[in-house]
Amino acid sequence: MSWFIQTFRSSLGKKYIMAFTGFMLAGFLLVHTIGNSTIFWGRSAFNAYAHHLHSLGIFVPIFEIGLYTIFFLHVITGIILFLENRKARGGKYAVETSAGGRTLGSKTMPYTGVAIFIFILIHLANFHFVEKTEVKTISDFVTQVLNNPFFTLIYTAGISLLFIHISHGFWSLLQTFGISHPKYDSPLRVVAWALAGIMGAVFLLITFLMVISRNQLL
Amino acid sequence: MSSKTININVKIWRQNGPLATGAFEEHALKDISTDSSFLEMIDVLNEWLTIKGLEPIAFDHDCREGICGMCGAVVNGTAHGPDKETTLCQLHMRRFKNGDTIVIEPFRSQGFPIVKDLIVDRSALDRIIAAGGYVSVNTGSPQDGNTILIPQHVAEQAMDAAACIGCGACAAACPNGTPMLFLGAKVSQLALLPQGKLEAKKRAINMVLQMDKEGFGNCGNERECENVCPKGITIRNIARLNREFLKASFTIDH
Repeated sequence: MSWFIQTFRSSLGKKYIMAFTGFMLAGFLLVHTIGNSTIFWGRSAFNAYAHHLHSLGIFVPIFEIGLYTIFFLHVITGIILFLENRKARGGKYAVETSAGGRTLGSKTMPYTGVAIFIFILIHLANFHFVEKTEVKTISDFVTQVLNNPFFTLIYTAGISLLFIHISHGFWSLLQTFGISHPKYDSPLRVVAWALAGIMGAVFLLITFLMVISRNQLL
Repeated sequence: MSSKTININVKIWRQNGPLATGAFEEHALKDISTDSSFLEMIDVLNEWLTIKGLEPIAFDHDCREGICGMCGAVVNGTAHGPDKETTLCQLHMRRFKNGDTIVIEPFRSQGFPIVKDLIVDRSALDRIIAAGGYVSVNTGSPQDGNTILIPQHVAEQAMDAAACIGCGACAAACPNGTPMLFLGAKVSQLALLPQGKLEAKKRAINMVLQMDKEGFGNCGNERECENVCPKGITIRNIARLNREFLKASFTIDH
């Protein structure tokens, strides 16, 4: 067996795939957060940002294919790990307690993961796979969708679950790559948490801003 | 110190063999000294079962000093019981209150088949150690004391990792049933020292592959293991294992 397959079929190899794709997705999420923040400067700023993104020509489909590959690698490896780990547990305990290591995020990783997957499909259907024109711009879609109470709820829940997922994920990927030292382990954990918190807060703020401002978004 | 006695109920796992279906058995125990250890409490229960002509509870134990790694069970959901950095034999009945119900279960993991009652087969850990292979050492006349320099803090870290007694509590507590903390400690104790450097790459790869073969799960960085480890081994050792395996996989020559 080639060393490459052997490495990435091993338990640690699969963790490296999760950590690496997780890191790339985190990078995407950060850019997405910063990009979406342009909406705080009004609809024209937001539309201009979207317009600039789409004028990158060939880089747009290349970037999309890369992102889909990373995304599906993360999802598929995650499902494999979940199934393997469930089998490896070897029976449940009658008394289920935590010795103090688990967090809400770490406990629910596979479940929040599946929920986020569904959320992203809805999100793409809402904003990505729609016909945007000069008359009906992306900010119109955002305003329209988020003002639907059903979608307000979906987005609030989706973003909250995403926050729970990355609250464990950001620190966990560092640990998987062996980035751990008593000197900076606690600061890194705080930074990972803060970063997850800021991202979650910005997305939630946008959702609520859309609901409050209705059609008055400048 | 005045000795106190308590009355307790134990709900203890009974299972006749690896393939038998197990179930909990309940016993009421009277006048258990709070100065007795947890294993002594099971001894008392076994005495009582023997007198009644019943089968005593099978459980692993050896030194009863907290250093051999033989004992271990899950007490009220926590491997080795509620005390931090304590093996089951060093847990004392003063930790419990009169009238308490104590649930005692064997260490569970796919890699630890149950032999009988609370005894589990942890030979998978031995096979992981064996897969790690040898460490090259000079034989013949002893060399000069300070030929191989090892900084004090490095020696301390290696010693901290070497404190692992291989009890298997990490795998028992792990939501994914994996002994990564054990593996991290065993790889670290040698990877840190010059004597272990020569075989470091091969060792990291072979031990991880053996762990996978034994049916253990994948580390999810849940940190339950370091919270139950009787020797206080931290997940910093898992991080070191992660680095060693990554480095080894990409740079080993064969």
